[in-house]
Amino acid sequence: MLALLLALHAVLALAAPALGRRLGPRVFLVCALAPGATAAWAATQAAGVLDGSATTQVLPWVPGLGLDLALRLDGFALLMVALVSGIGAVLFAYSRWYFSPRPGLGRFAGVLTAFAGSMLGVVLADNLLLIYVFWELTSITSYLLIGFEDEKGSARAAALQAILVTGAGGLAMLAGFVIVGQAAGTYSLSGILADPPGGGVVGAGLVLVLVGACTKSAQVPFHFWLPAAMAAPTPVSAYLHSATLVKAGVYLIARFAPAFAAGHAFWRPLVMGLGVATMLLGGWRALRQHDLKLLLAYGTVSQLGFMVVLVGAGIPELTFAGAALIVAHGLFKAALFMVVGIVDHQAHTRDLRVLSGLGRRMPGVAAVAAVAAASMAGVPLLLGFLSKEAAYEGLLHAHLGVGGSLALAGVVVGSVLTFAYGARFVLGGFGAGFGESAGGGDPVGPDVARPAPAFVVPAALFAVLTVVAGVAPALVDPLVGGGAGALDAAAGKAHLALWHGFTPALGLSVLTLAAGALLVAGAGTVERVQARLAGAPSAAGVYSSALVGLNRLADRVTAVLQNGSLPVYLGVILLTVLALPGLALLTRTRLPGGVVVGESPLQVVVAGVVLAAAVGAAFARRRFAAVLFLGGVGYGVAVLFVIQGAPDLALTQLLVETLAVVIFVLVLRHLPERFEPSAWRLGQATRVAVAGGVGVFVAAFSLVAAGARTAEPVSGAYLEQAVPEAGGQNVVNVILVDFRAFDTLGEITVLTVAALGIVSLVQAGRRQQDEA
Amino acid sequence: MILVLALLVGALYAVGTYLLLQRTLTRVVIGLAIMGHGANLLLLLAGGRAGRAPIVDGPGAGPFADPLPQALALTAIVITFGITAFLLALAYRSWLLRSDDEVEDDVEDRRIARLVRRHEENDS
Repeated sequence: MLALLLALHAVLALAAPALGRRLGPRVFLVCALAPGATAAWAATQAAGVLDGSATTQVLPWVPGLGLDLALRLDGFALLMVALVSGIGAVLFAYSRWYFSPRPGLGRFAGVLTAFAGSMLGVVLADNLLLIYVFWELTSITSYLLIGFEDEKGSARAAALQAILVTGAGGLAMLAGFVIVGQAAGTYSLSGILADPPGGGVVGAGLVLVLVGACTKSAQVPFHFWLPAAMAAPTPVSAYLHSATLVKAGVYLIARFAPAFAAGHAFWRPLVMGLGVATMLLGGWRALRQHDLKLLLAYGTVSQLGFMVVLVGAGIPELTFAGAALIVAHGLFKAALFMVVGIVDHQAHTRDLRVLSGLGRRMPGVAAVAAVAAASMAGVPLLLGFLSKEAAYEGLLHAHLGVGGSLALAGVVVGSVLTFAYGARFVLGGFGAGFGESAGGGDPVGPDVARPAPAFVVPAALFAVLTVVAGVAPALVDPLVGGGAGALDAAAGKAHLALWHGFTPALGLSVLTLAAGALLVAGAGTVERVQARLAGAPSAAGVYSSALVGLNRLADRVTAVLQNGSLPVYLGVILLTVLALPGLALLTRTRLPGGVVVGESPLQVVVAGVVLAAAVGAAFARRRFAAVLFLGGVGYGVAVLFVIQGAPDLALTQLLVETLAVVIFVLVLRHLPERFEPSAWRLGQATRVAVAGGVGVFVAAFSLVAAGARTAEPVSGAYLEQAVPEAGGQNVVNVILVDFRAFDTLGEITVLTVAALGIVSLVQAGRRQQDEA
Repeated sequence: MILVLALLVGALYAVGTYLLLQRTLTRVVIGLAIMGHGANLLLLLAGGRAGRAPIVDGPGAGPFADPLPQALALTAIVITFGITAFLLALAYRSWLLRSDDEVEDDVEDRRIARLVRRHEENDS
């Protein structure tokens, strides 16, 4: 069934482009079938799965690589499926209202469906390599989603940035998976977590996995791609931010932390440190955004940091709080993004300096925004408050020493910032006159068209759920508890509660709300401080200068290595020959026995003649002279063949040499008589040195190679078999036309191809002359 | 093992390499042909000492020369000839189009190098 649901996503994704042409925006309702069916099926499984019995399905794929299509629905996977498919189905319905009919919508719906399926795969996969496959599929599909409005340069740049950052992280993660999988002896996720491997190498692998998770979940210093990804249409942003893409990293950290956090000393300082830094940075940045969507994007960065702190600690209470926060965040962030979509759709702006009095015009939307933002800020009676209480409670009792206190302080400050930017969102978007002092043109608000009710319903649904779950925690408690219990059995015993009594955690919550309210009241001061610090170096700047630097480096390397000069390329190749095989030759200069100077005085004399002719060919000034010297070399070599006992070779050589000289003459009669001196990049001395080196190398090689013979020559058999098997006495001829006839066939083919090439080259020239 | 042939092979390779590193296509072709002669001799040299021509019941006495390297060299001679002829056709074509037979630098590669130089000048 699990595989079937994934297949349903794939089928609908493929069918969507065709459907989109007919149905227009209604194609989203058809595609909603896939996440809808998944959510419905998951609901039927919930009772058993949340009690701790997982539903699994294994299809062998590449058994040799340990790669199975292993799917597993346990409590935490169910929690994620509820978000991915539950929120997904609602967002598909919302998209039907958000988009006006336009070309390419079907393709977009298809990619969105494929993305939903990939994300589903990430949370269901029980094999590290399979997780990686789905993980990269989410990277690719999110690239297409972010870059949907491909006529905009900013959208293309944002999409490229997202895929470069998450793709690089994904590769690091793959390496980490391989290290961890090899150390564990299995790639099964549940198997590894049940019996985690230890040791320094595994630690390195975990760091690589964390790099992948941090790029995906936009942790410092990889956070910058997420706000830029706002170039995507709002439903996509809502989906990416609330339920899917960015939660993939959190998901992975949550899976790994209970098994590995205690065993590796670096884990908690690294993961929780990054989480706190991300939470603070995101919250601080969110406070100075004027674009509502960008404000939410930085808010997501901040909340992701919060989640990483909780699920990354590997402590049962915090794991439980993290699971609660994942659910709460999915609901309120989806609602907030949908609100931004509605505002953008109706008012055609998202600038909170321009928007004014929108709350009176669309009170329903404003109420949804207020509830969702309040949940994010941790106001009591809402789901967000419950998760934040649980987080404070867990951090207070975590016994992590100074680091734990720092983490608690960071989370409290981050929550204060969260309250402040949440208020900024609601007041700026729907209040009257917020931020007008900054100046941003004529206010927009009172005369905006009201949204269609069906457009608001999905967002309202999430707001209602937030309230209901906040008032009656028992409704979500099984989901959160079952999810946390699947990560860490001890974490499943905790419960969400509306009232814990007068505890230190409650005090921190009150402190958070009070400090947050102060920060909102002093918004003007905050903006001034922000403006003063704006010049600080940012990770986005580092990214772009790294990209520019990479291009420059590539240019430089190209300019040096690929300078366009054929002699230089050849020189490099030859020097490599001298450096590598040449050095190897020097280390084993064992000369063979039985070396003679020459077979006869004649051989020495002829060799001298050949050498003289070759040198003459090299230094001749006239073309004809060079060709005649070349002929001299050829005829001399023919004589050497005779002396060596190879009359067939000598005959062939004579024939070929004569033909070659004729062809040379035919061509050279067109060319100038003398060689033109030309500009050289390689100096004369360099060329002579390289040539001399090659000569010495070949001579030494021929001597050493001849001495390295260990086996009997195969020729003995040829000599014996020539007459009885092939009926020929000339053994060389028999080899060519009988024993190795296929070689000769190949040789003939080469000659035919060369002849065809020559004919067409000459003919092409002739045609041009005729036309001229 | 025949020293004089080994030295000659090395010398032919050296001269061939020298000519290959030139820019005139005619010289490059000549260099390739000379290197080809060196290669054929190298093959023959690998067969060991000289001997009677490998013809069963042929004239002469003593052991046969190794026939296998001879067969290989025979093939190589013919292939070298094919390549030489093809390169000469290319040189002819080059002359028809541009009235010379120079091997020019790759234009695109030179453009990239110029680009880098310009960037560096801008930086400094």
